[in-house]
Amino acid sequence: MFELLGVSPQALFGQLLLGLINGAFYAMLSLGLAVIFGMLNVVNFAHGALYMTGAFVAWLLLEFLGVGYWPALLIAPLAVAVLGIAIERTMLRWLYKLDHLYGLLLTFGLALIVEGLFRNEYGSSGQPYQIPETLQGGQNLGFMFLPNYRAWVVVASLAICLGTWYTIERTKLGAYLRAATENPALVQAFGINVPRLLTFTYAGGVALAALAGVMAAPMVNVSPQMGSSLIIIVFAVVVIGGMGSILGSIVTGFGLGVIEGLTKVFFPEASNTVIFVIMAIVLLIKPAGLFGRAA
Amino acid sequence: MAEPARKMEPAPAPAGDALLAVRDLHSWYGESHILHGMNFEVKKGELVTLIGRNGAGKTTTLKSIMGIVGQRKGSIAFAGQELVGLPSHRIARLGLAFCPEERGIFASLNVAENLLLPPMIRPGGMSVAEIHTLFPNLKEREKSQGTKLSGGEQQMLAIGRILRTGAEMLLLDEPTEGLAPVIIEQIGNAIRKMKEKGFTILLVEQNFRFAATVADRFYVVEHGQVIDMIPREKLEARMGDVENYLGV
Ligand SMILES: Nc1ncnc2c1ncn2[C@@H]1O[C@H](COP(=O)(O)OP(=O)(O)O)[C@@H](O)[C@H]1O
Ligand SMILES: [Mg+2]
Repeated sequence: MFELLGVSPQALFGQLLLGLINGAFYAMLSLGLAVIFGMLNVVNFAHGALYMTGAFVAWLLLEFLGVGYWPALLIAPLAVAVLGIAIERTMLRWLYKLDHLYGLLLTFGLALIVEGLFRNEYGSSGQPYQIPETLQGGQNLGFMFLPNYRAWVVVASLAICLGTWYTIERTKLGAYLRAATENPALVQAFGINVPRLLTFTYAGGVALAALAGVMAAPMVNVSPQMGSSLIIIVFAVVVIGGMGSILGSIVTGFGLGVIEGLTKVFFPEASNTVIFVIMAIVLLIKPAGLFGRAA
Repeated sequence: MAEPARKMEPAPAPAGDALLAVRDLHSWYGESHILHGMNFEVKKGELVTLIGRNGAGKTTTLKSIMGIVGQRKGSIAFAGQELVGLPSHRIARLGLAFCPEERGIFASLNVAENLLLPPMIRPGGMSVAEIHTLFPNLKEREKSQGTKLSGGEQQMLAIGRILRTGAEMLLLDEPTEGLAPVIIEQIGNAIRKMKEKGFTILLVEQNFRFAATVADRFYVVEHGQVIDMIPREKLEARMGDVENYLGV
């Protein structure tokens, strides 16, 4: 069958794995973006920069303090969450009642500043980050070679996505978040501290981005622009999936990663644009996105 | 603008037994000045109704008490605590619960989640079982999406969810609006039971005949002011005035 299609199974499964990996990052990042947009009404253009910051925090921890990957998985998201709290409290908070455009411009500016700071300090060439010892090497599955670290990234990101879904769709905190997305004034009139919930949401969303950044660090060079190249695709993923559904963000993220991977095998010329083509088609047919609720 | 037919002088300082005392309350939505010095009070255990024509400012009064209008001036004292200046979640935590005119059922929550959403602020609220006895429909439809319920069921849910929290005073905005007579009767029975349980209730009603079956006193609202107060005993004698106020 592979011969018929003119591709080797190694190439096919290799790209499939790569697609899953990319999809994992699309999913983790678009989840945070969608939740932040739903609650705060802010298109968080700083998401990519905070993903990059997560990766840099991991690299700095290792480089200067000798703190390795596993603690960094916890410390970097916490550090970025604190940064998120500061951003929300001092800046975003004042924009909620205004047009989306203001939040977008502010976070875009923040992204440029954060990227610029890292570029000034560490240059743009990128820093290598070692795969943690326990996850080096890989498995020969017969039809392909599966690096342990990549297998871990797929499994861990799935777990993170499902954990986020569970938190939002099945817990009391999630019920507050969903209700406050619909009618914040009423939720607050029930006695819930909605301003604090908004701070928490932003901090949680950007911590998720930072976690993704740490997970990406061993696979890419940790560089100031690693976020900005990714975030454009993630915005397309959010547009395709729609804002309405958490599960929708996850499915769309992984699905588009895989589609992109398969395009690399069968029609490499289109692999950089396929997501944007899909976005255009979805916007024409279903403007609210595949899983979105029409406004 | 026509002067109100009758204008009450600002009432004297709140009597000691008022649970809620509103004094010279002004409210704004952005630039629009809606309430122009409201004065009224509700005693512990009382059911007081605000009546008045559409647009008189009844809903705005309830929202002002809950702290969800643009700006407030004047005084709203609840159990001796000043509410003007407090954010709305702090107001709710003092023991006030709000059932909005548009019902405010959440589409992304099922019926059970909607019912359990308002946090408990103190012990002593009704149990879920008691609420289900009061409104059996809610139990049958626990897993349905909140907004898939009929209008009457959504109203029951909107009332039911504020009975669990331990709040002492309930603000109900037109709970019978748009409902069939049998449902209105069910809501009326529920409100009487709530009264028996000791809830203090501030009710906004357009349906005067319904209000007359449950209320202890009526305040008439016009152009953002209270222009008259009618106790239940005087209702019969003052029916002519009431019809005049409501324009029926
Ligand atoms: N969100 C709002 N923004 C501006 N004006 C409002 C708003 N809500 C109500 N109003 C105005 O305030 C006045 C009083 O409204 P409301 O309190 O809803 O009256 P009622 O409940 O007695 O029918 C009306 O003139 C209405 O148009
Ligand atoms: Mg009204």
